[in-house]
Amino acid sequence: MLSLQFLLSPIDNSLWPYKSKPSSLILHHRSHRCRNDSRPFLSMFLPKYRALGATADLNYEQEDSNVRLTEAGVPAEEGLLPSGLRRESLPRHVAVVMDGNARWAKRRGLPLSSGHEAGVRALRELMELCRKWGIRVLTVFAFSYENWIRPKVEVDFLMGLFERGIKEDLKNFVREEIQISVIGDSSKLPKSLQKLIAEAEEITRNNTRLHLIVAVSYSGHYDIVQACKNIAHKVQEGLITPDDITADVIEQELETRCTEFPHPDLLIRTSGELRVSNFLLWQLAYTELFFVQSLWPDFGETEFVDVLHSFQQRQRRYGGRD
Amino acid sequence: MGDDSIGGRLSEFIGNLGGFLRKFIFSVLSVGPIPNHIAFILDGNRRYAKKHNLKEGDGHRAGFVALLSMLKYCYELGVKYVTIYAFSIDNFNRRPDEVQYIMGLMHEKIEGMLKEESFVRSYGVRVHFLGDLKLLHQSVRIAAEKAMRVTANNTKFVLLICVAYTSTNETVHSVHQCFKEKRRPMDKFQEEEQQQQQQGLIKLVDLERNMYMALAPDPDILVRTSGETRLSNFLLWQTAFCYLYSPAKLWPEISLWNLVWSVLNFQRAYPYLLKTKMKRY
Repeated sequence: MLSLQFLLSPIDNSLWPYKSKPSSLILHHRSHRCRNDSRPFLSMFLPKYRALGATADLNYEQEDSNVRLTEAGVPAEEGLLPSGLRRESLPRHVAVVMDGNARWAKRRGLPLSSGHEAGVRALRELMELCRKWGIRVLTVFAFSYENWIRPKVEVDFLMGLFERGIKEDLKNFVREEIQISVIGDSSKLPKSLQKLIAEAEEITRNNTRLHLIVAVSYSGHYDIVQACKNIAHKVQEGLITPDDITADVIEQELETRCTEFPHPDLLIRTSGELRVSNFLLWQLAYTELFFVQSLWPDFGETEFVDVLHSFQQRQRRYGGRD
Repeated sequence: MGDDSIGGRLSEFIGNLGGFLRKFIFSVLSVGPIPNHIAFILDGNRRYAKKHNLKEGDGHRAGFVALLSMLKYCYELGVKYVTIYAFSIDNFNRRPDEVQYIMGLMHEKIEGMLKEESFVRSYGVRVHFLGDLKLLHQSVRIAAEKAMRVTANNTKFVLLICVAYTSTNETVHSVHQCFKEKRRPMDKFQEEEQQQQQQGLIKLVDLERNMYMALAPDPDILVRTSGETRLSNFLLWQTAFCYLYSPAKLWPEISLWNLVWSVLNFQRAYPYLLKTKMKRY
């Protein structure tokens, strides 16, 4: 099963009955045009996408001036969801492995840095969609612990990209009420980035609209090991005995303790690779996994809606029976 | 009567031809790297029974037949370790009569394993049962422990059967074992030294060493049938870099071609995975 999208019936115009005001829908979308230009490339490699990509401007009722909020601070308007999606079946926590920037750049004859920058644009778009549709937590795998073996030039570029990204978007996070947290072994990051992350986390600590968790220098194994080390420390201090250690105790020491919903309902991995690559191992126990063929910079609203439709149809039994 | 013997010889011939064809396919595959360890989540037995209007229990029995075929193919291909997710701790939440049925089936099959003509004997398979075995019905636990004892000296092929297992439970158990290891009587000097090293009290290697699955290397391929794409708390630690394959077929329908396809895809991803695994800390 290489791509769920091929199992879905093509979405035709009849499912998108609403009128659009596209330019105001997507914030921070500097190169919207650039991404749309990439669609011919996409359809060259994956012809079936043409049926989906034909409705490039997804249509919705635009009510952003009259946003009503529920008590939880989540937008209550129903009309902004694409047709066919039910609010109650949307995932609360979405995790993404953002794979394929390098391949995207190579296919276009662009430098690697362009691929990563396009990836950042795709991330901003996804964040906006999650915020708009009331998805509470979005965790993204930006840089794995295994990625440190990449060439220094690329690693330095990525560290610079993260720093620039956080600096530029911090005001927007505050305005859009997005909380940002960074998980992973921050000791290997440049000092300036560490300081910036600490500041950003502090400033956005009380935001509730969307929680963006960025995994940088992260390893699922490392997460579990550091949780166990913390527990060992507590045992040493007499706060807890070894017999008191349960799954919940470990859970509370994992880096995802920064959110009340540490378990993703949905994991998306782009670029067609079929593996988890040491991301959120413990937390993925019952997560629905979606592997899509699109490269990360090409993953946009259309593809995300397809995945959500598919997620809606899955039966989650948690080992029991229907 | 002449027809019968011709019919018999014909089916024997076709059977031999099939075996010959399989050997040929496997020798072609062997040009590339062969996975050392394949794990299977046997999903879809009940849906299979429903699809073919069988009793639910017959779906599990059909699943067992499919399992034997898969084990044979893996053995012939040169795979050394096979792990199967036979029964999760979460599955205890199912209807009591279904749980009872599966326990009974497991008991029957474990006893069957120990017989002379079983695949375990003929292929020289070492069997391990992994999980919180205390949760099993006593008769099943006793049979499992006996099977582990009896096959302890087999070396050609290792079958790891996860029963009453979840990854979460395995990790918690490993943590407890780590503490037991460290809780040896110490003199004052050792205590001070250990306090200084308190941050190193539990390391990655300690955790890994105490996992149930430490008996085998990490799986190279994880196959989950019936089209569901989730891990269901199976081998979460061990599948960090594993190729995940989820064919739409139900478990009793799984075939040689699924195995061949998964090995081909494994071979395609192999160079990248090798590079990643070698640089892990």
